[in-house]
Amino acid sequence: MKIHEYQAKEIFEDYGVAVPKGKVADSTEHAVKIAKEMKSEGADLFVVKAQIHAGGRGKGRTKKNNASGVILCESVEEVQEAASNLLGDVLVTKQTGEEGKEVNQIYVTEGVDIEEELYLGILMDRARERNVLMASTEGGMNIEEVAEETPEKIVKEWVEPGMDLMHNQARHIAFALGLSGDAFKKAVKFIMSLYDAFEDTDASLIEINPLILTPDQEVYALDAKMSFDDNALGRHPDIEKMRDESEIDPMELEASKHDLNYIKLDGNVGCMVNGAGLAMATMDMIKLSGGEPANFLDVGGGANVDTVKNGFRIILDDPNVEAILINIFGGIVRCDRVANGVLEAVKDPEIADKVEDVPIIVRLQGTNAEEGKKLIDESDLNVISAVLLKDAAEEVNNVVA
Amino acid sequence: MSVLVDKNSRVVVQGMTGSEGSFHAEQMINYGTNVVAGVTPGKGDQKHLDRPVFNTVADAVEQEEADTSIIFVPPAFAADAITESAFAGIEVIICISEGIPVQDMVKAKQVVRSHGATLIGPNCPGVITPGEAKVGIMPGNIFESGSIGLISRSGTLTYEAVDQITKEGLGQSTAIGIGGDPIIGTNHTDAVKLFDEDPDTEAIVLIGEIGGTAEEEAAEYIQNNVDKPVAAFIAGSTAPPGRRMGHAGAIISGGTGTAEAKKKALRNAGVAVAESPAEIGKTLKSIL
Repeated sequence: MKIHEYQAKEIFEDYGVAVPKGKVADSTEHAVKIAKEMKSEGADLFVVKAQIHAGGRGKGRTKKNNASGVILCESVEEVQEAASNLLGDVLVTKQTGEEGKEVNQIYVTEGVDIEEELYLGILMDRARERNVLMASTEGGMNIEEVAEETPEKIVKEWVEPGMDLMHNQARHIAFALGLSGDAFKKAVKFIMSLYDAFEDTDASLIEINPLILTPDQEVYALDAKMSFDDNALGRHPDIEKMRDESEIDPMELEASKHDLNYIKLDGNVGCMVNGAGLAMATMDMIKLSGGEPANFLDVGGGANVDTVKNGFRIILDDPNVEAILINIFGGIVRCDRVANGVLEAVKDPEIADKVEDVPIIVRLQGTNAEEGKKLIDESDLNVISAVLLKDAAEEVNNVVA
Repeated sequence: MSVLVDKNSRVVVQGMTGSEGSFHAEQMINYGTNVVAGVTPGKGDQKHLDRPVFNTVADAVEQEEADTSIIFVPPAFAADAITESAFAGIEVIICISEGIPVQDMVKAKQVVRSHGATLIGPNCPGVITPGEAKVGIMPGNIFESGSIGLISRSGTLTYEAVDQITKEGLGQSTAIGIGGDPIIGTNHTDAVKLFDEDPDTEAIVLIGEIGGTAEEEAAEYIQNNVDKPVAAFIAGSTAPPGRRMGHAGAIISGGTGTAEAKKKALRNAGVAVAESPAEIGKTLKSIL
C-alpha cells in the first residue's frame, strides 16, 4: 500500500526523523491559513506540493492550468494562487500516464535553503533476503539511472536478519555522504530513526529524494515516498487508515471488495483464471494468439457462481473487451461445477445483455474436465468450450482475428 | 527415487484441526501419505482423522518421530509455526499459508537455516512424489510416477504443466511448488541442485514468473553445473511494470524481474524455454 508524502512525513516526525514544517490542505482557504500561520512563525518561503501517489511531480504539469506539481512561493498570495491552480486539476507526470491524477490535497511546507541534495532509501533486497539501506551523494536524480551509470556513487548497508541497524552502519552511510561535524551527528540519528520507522511499520519501501543538507548544517527529508507490505497491514490499523481509495482504479477497488485479484490493462481480451501464475500465463497466451490482455484476474480457489458473476461484471465494465477467456484448472474444484457456474452467470439478465456481442471461451481442465465441456457444448448459450490450452489459444485467435 | 518427501516421510500437520488443515490432511491420507500426527496448541489430548493431535511440534517429533511438517495456520502466526518446526528438529518444513509479512519471513528463514532444516514455501502448493507421498494441496490424480523433476512458483500453473507432461507420457520424480512470495525457503537454484543430485530424475522442468532474479541465478547455476536436460516457462511477459500480479513476489520493479530477462538468461544457459504456456510438455519432450 502506498501513502502520500505528507502521511510519510507524519510517520517520520513520530520517529524523530527531521522534516521541514508542513501541513496538508484540501482547500485554498485552508492552504492560505496554513501559510499565514507559518509566516507568523517567521517563514518567508513556502512550497506547495500536489499530493498524488506518483513521482515526477516537479516536472509534471496539470491539464487545465498547466501548473507544476511542486510550486515555490514567496508570499501568502502566491500560496493562494498555487493552491487554487492545483486543487481539483489533474496532474500528469512521467509516472501517472496520460490520464494523470486528480489533485485533492496539497502539502504546504516551509521553504528551506539547500546546500546539498543527497539520496537515502530503504527496501528489501530480495536476492540477499534482508533489508538494505542505499545512499548516494547524487540526490535529486533518478536513482535507477545513477545505479546504471555511476554505481560507485551508491553505498549500501545490509541489515542482518533479526538484528537492528547497527550504529556503525549508520556512521558508514553518513561518512559516505561526505558529512562531518554537526551534520554528521544529525545524519546518523536521522538514519537510525528512519530505520526504526521502516522496521516498526512493516514498510516495504522508504525513499527520500532528496535528503538535504542546509547551509546551517541541518539534515531534512525534503521529499518522502513510503509504501507498506500489504500482508502486514493487519497488525497496523493506524497505517491501514491512511489508505486513499481515490488513488485506486474504481474497478480494482470493486474487485477487492469481492476478494478478487484484478488489475486493469488496456487490451481487448478479458480473462478470468484460478491462480496467479496461470492467470499471468493466460495473459501471455492471449498475446501470442493475436490479442492483447484486457486484465489480470485471479478468482482464487473456489470458482463458484458468485465469483464468476462478479468477475464477469468487472471485466465487462471495460468497453475495450471484445472477448473473454475463462481458464480454470480444476483440482479440488471440479470442472463440471465451474461449467454450471459459468452457464448460470451468463444467464443472469445483467450479464446476458452485455455478453451478446462478446464471445466467451471457457477452457476447463483437470478433474471432470470432459463433463464440464459437455455441459457447455450442450447448452444453447454463446459459449465456446475447450479442454487443451492450445485449443483455447486457437479459439482466442479465431474470435479476435 | 525422489527428493524431499517419499513413502517413509513421517508427516505432522500444523493446524490439522482447522478447516483447511483438516480438509487437506484427509486428502493427503487418502493419497497414501504417512501422516503421523497433527498439532494444534491447546488440543493436545484429542484425536483427529484417527491421528493423535499434540500441543507442540516437539511432542509430535518425540512421540511419533515426525520428520516432515506441513503448515496450514493463518498467515499472522505462520512464521511462528515455521520456527516451531525448526526448533523441534523437523527436517523438511512445507508452509502452505499465504500472506505472511515479509519481515517475518526474513527472520524465520534465518532460524530455519541455523537449525539445518529445509523450508519449502510459503505461499506454495507443497511437494508431491507421485505414488509415494503428497505433502501439499495439489490434486494427486494428475501426477504420474516417473523421472521428470518439476519446480514451480505457482499452484494451478504447476498443475497445467504436470498435466501436459503426463500427457506426453512422462511421469514425475517429484514436483516442488516453491512458492510465490519474495522470500521463500527453497529457491529455484536450491531445487535444481536437489534434482541434479537425484539419480532418478532425468530431466528438470522449471516454471518461473516475473519478479526478483531467482530464475537468472538458477540459469547461471545450470550453465555451470547441470548436465541434465532442462525445460522452462516464464509467466508474465505481458505483465505491466510496478504492479503485483497476484503473488506477493510477482512484480517488475526498477527494470528487474522481467520475463524477457529471465528467458534470455535461461536460453543462454542452454535451457529449452517454451514461449507459450501451452507448449511446456512439447518443449520438454523435444529435448529428451
